[in-house]
Amino acid sequence: MDSADGMDDIVKEFIVESTENLDQLDRDLISLEKNPTSKELLGSIFRAVHTVKGTTGFLGFSKLEQVAHAGESLLSRLREGVLVLSPSITSGLLAMVDAVRTMLAAIEKTGSDGDTDYAPLIQFLTQLQAQEPDGKMRDGLVAPASSFHAVEQEQSQDTIAPGTAEEDRDDQLPLGQILVEGGHVKEEQLASALDQQMQGDPRRVGEILVARGAVHPEEVLEALQAQNDGPTSSLSSNNIRVDVGQLDKLMNLVGELVLARNQILQFSTTQQDSTFLNTTQRLSLITTELQEGVMKTRMQPIENVWGKFPRVVRDLALACGKRVHVEMEGKDTELDKTILEAIKDPLTHLIRNAVDHGIESPSQREAAGKSPEGRLFLRAYHEGGQVNIEISDDGAGIDLSAVKAKAVERGLIPQEQAARMSEREAYQLLFLPGFSTAQKVTNVSGRGVGMDVVKTNIEKIGGMVDLQSAMGSGTTVKIKIPLTLAIIPALIVMCGGERYAIPQVSLLELVRLEGNGARQGIESVHGAPVYRLRGNLLSLVYLNRELHFDSAAAQDSAQQDVVNIAVLQADDCQFGLIVDEVNDTEEIVVKPLGELLKGLSVYTGATIMGDGRVALILDVMGLAQHAGVISEVRQRKLSEDATPAAERARERKTLLLFQSPDDGRMAISLSDVTRLETFSRSSIERTGEQQVVQYRGTILPLVHVSGLLEERRLQPRGVSPTAEDKVQVIVHTRNLRSVGLVVERILDIVEDDLSTRRPASRAGVLGSFVVQGKVTEILDVDGIIRVQDPTFFDPEQLLTGVAS
Amino acid sequence: MSDRQQFATFFLGDNYFGVEVERVQEILRSQEMTPVPLSSPVVRGLINLRGQIVTAIDLRRRLGLPARAEGQPLMNVVVRSSGGGVSLLVDDIGDVVETCAESFEPPPETLALNQRAMIVGVHKLDDRLMHVLDCAKVADLESE
Repeated sequence: MDSADGMDDIVKEFIVESTENLDQLDRDLISLEKNPTSKELLGSIFRAVHTVKGTTGFLGFSKLEQVAHAGESLLSRLREGVLVLSPSITSGLLAMVDAVRTMLAAIEKTGSDGDTDYAPLIQFLTQLQAQEPDGKMRDGLVAPASSFHAVEQEQSQDTIAPGTAEEDRDDQLPLGQILVEGGHVKEEQLASALDQQMQGDPRRVGEILVARGAVHPEEVLEALQAQNDGPTSSLSSNNIRVDVGQLDKLMNLVGELVLARNQILQFSTTQQDSTFLNTTQRLSLITTELQEGVMKTRMQPIENVWGKFPRVVRDLALACGKRVHVEMEGKDTELDKTILEAIKDPLTHLIRNAVDHGIESPSQREAAGKSPEGRLFLRAYHEGGQVNIEISDDGAGIDLSAVKAKAVERGLIPQEQAARMSEREAYQLLFLPGFSTAQKVTNVSGRGVGMDVVKTNIEKIGGMVDLQSAMGSGTTVKIKIPLTLAIIPALIVMCGGERYAIPQVSLLELVRLEGNGARQGIESVHGAPVYRLRGNLLSLVYLNRELHFDSAAAQDSAQQDVVNIAVLQADDCQFGLIVDEVNDTEEIVVKPLGELLKGLSVYTGATIMGDGRVALILDVMGLAQHAGVISEVRQRKLSEDATPAAERARERKTLLLFQSPDDGRMAISLSDVTRLETFSRSSIERTGEQQVVQYRGTILPLVHVSGLLEERRLQPRGVSPTAEDKVQVIVHTRNLRSVGLVVERILDIVEDDLSTRRPASRAGVLGSFVVQGKVTEILDVDGIIRVQDPTFFDPEQLLTGVAS
Repeated sequence: MSDRQQFATFFLGDNYFGVEVERVQEILRSQEMTPVPLSSPVVRGLINLRGQIVTAIDLRRRLGLPARAEGQPLMNVVVRSSGGGVSLLVDDIGDVVETCAESFEPPPETLALNQRAMIVGVHKLDDRLMHVLDCAKVADLESE
């Protein structure tokens, strides 16, 4: 064990396992502070520390063992109820956890547990233990006390008398029973030993039996071992530890398989052989499932990152003299491991900010009429293929005038711009490099590297950060991040004869102008091309010009009869990207560009298309910057933001509008929409009562919205007069199952704050709102689906759905 | 370092080049390439090498040699580099050559400075001179 290279697997495994245990310990200790008498928590903490101690002793890390042992002794007093948890005990135990962590790190690096002297810590832990000593329990036979002396005398653990080192636990077989089952003692012997205990013998069963010579000390030790191993071994047999590198490799291979599958699918369209077509179909299905399966292995609940926060907050709050409690919602929201790693630091930074700058001291809070204890609320949820994370505090909020003053003082913006600046713009100042509003620099935060780093890190993984605050009542930071980085849905467009992929996340909508619309739809504002999208001017960017294709070709496309505009979202602004052609959306595997091309901000990576050729993935942010859209739109935003602040502060929702069966307007939240599709009527098939279509290799059940809504027309129409050949379908996906909602006509996509609300007047509707000055009903998607298929949301149904 | 070294060799026009054989991942015939707009003119495009995306560098342009004739076939010498795979586009492939340290000489002073960075030196072979390329420098466009 002299060097890290020579470290054997046992030690490595021990480190991995112990690190996990320690993280759990942190969480448990914080929970314990709230619930100091919980037997369950104490038991779990004790077990974790005991495991660490036991293994370290076995591996010969004596220093580590001593520290862990001191902690264990203290815990055992707590568990016996001799001591009651106090803040100083918690701090002591947390310090112990930290010390163990430090030593583990040292072991990982150097192979030994370091030279740091932990004697003061051990002494502190011992002193804590000696608080409120309880006479009748201190008869020298209580395991922790006696074993502690043993350690102090630098003796190894096996001098401790068998039977004293352990206690029977609720969740384990009693020691006696194990001994009887192992054939080491007879039932009568056990019964009489138990009897003796009942009559006041303070010793443990094992001890009594050893003392009577009924059993060998070794046998008791073995039984104790069995007792410890029992519950854990059954758990671990269901889990194996896999190296992340191995998963990454697997993920890459699956990515390749997906590409090969796509190639075959493309080829299969030219083939007639039905066996080949069927096989292709099956290959496709299996590949999809395999892909999902592998993706899942990389998914981890956000709790893995959040779990550390209660500890961080506690330490921080103590250091700042504040009181903060943490609440979490959506702890089990899953994210790709890579993303989880990437958001760890930004989130920690935001949490620190919230506690250090956001939440006020108890006295200030009371003066402001708030509870002295601040509240930090973490929330995570899925929405539209993305994960949203919100971090809100109920602290003082952000003083915008201070922010502006600071920005002016730092020379980041001129005075007059600050005066004109809208609320939203001012919040964006916080994300500028070198900005910190903290009155004084503390050791916690406010060291200049701040929100800009958070923003850069989040944007690096394709996410977005937004900040809202209200003076006196708190701040909320919203983060939107993709679920996974490896495979993303993207729109494939053509430009200059090459294909480019635009990540679906940035895509808002597609606009196609034909004929006159194409020639006249594009206007110019002092030379800059714009398009009127629902009354607002949308800046336009020609992809071929940005990519410096032949200028003659670029001229040509401006004269064409058809103009394709992809409306994209970059940061907080929208712009239209004019491309030559729009192909389909595809799931693409993102591959990094080589070091040679890292400097090109307009691409995020490359992917391999179905035909085996490489296509570049456009970086929408980079493109917007390259085209100079962002600064330009920022200016325009200023004028838009002249609307009253209160109106903007309200939650805005993006809605998909469609025509209801009775010619009214209906809407569903865009987050419920996976895709919009058009199917020809002839492709609709029936399975029993259910109408279905074949869709992307699966069977998509169709739900006719018109059939399920109570008809309210004065003159019910018979056959729809617009019995067109095509039906418009909104695809809604939940828990991997999809359903197609057949609607009359898709109208528009709008953003609205849904302020004027009236309750629902019929089934299948959540309520009605005024959207764009017209009454619009919001469809109850869940309700409608339940009417058609009551089992749609059942988890069992999900399983059979996947299996079939 | 041992005296003897092996080089994978190739031609650019009449010039004879070699890279250390360990650096070479594989050699391919002409591949379909996806151009990368806005990149350095030295970058000819991206190649799909069994799922790995490889950046192809026009070695003639990189070394300031005259462009090859239109339609002239290309060969890819895929070399491992720190920032992912890089393919050097060359005219033709030669043999693997074993050299000894005595035949090596540093590049002549008269060589242009930007090329001296990439050409480590020459090996005096029996029938010709072999330029020894530093792949890392070739792939490092920043240094230009």
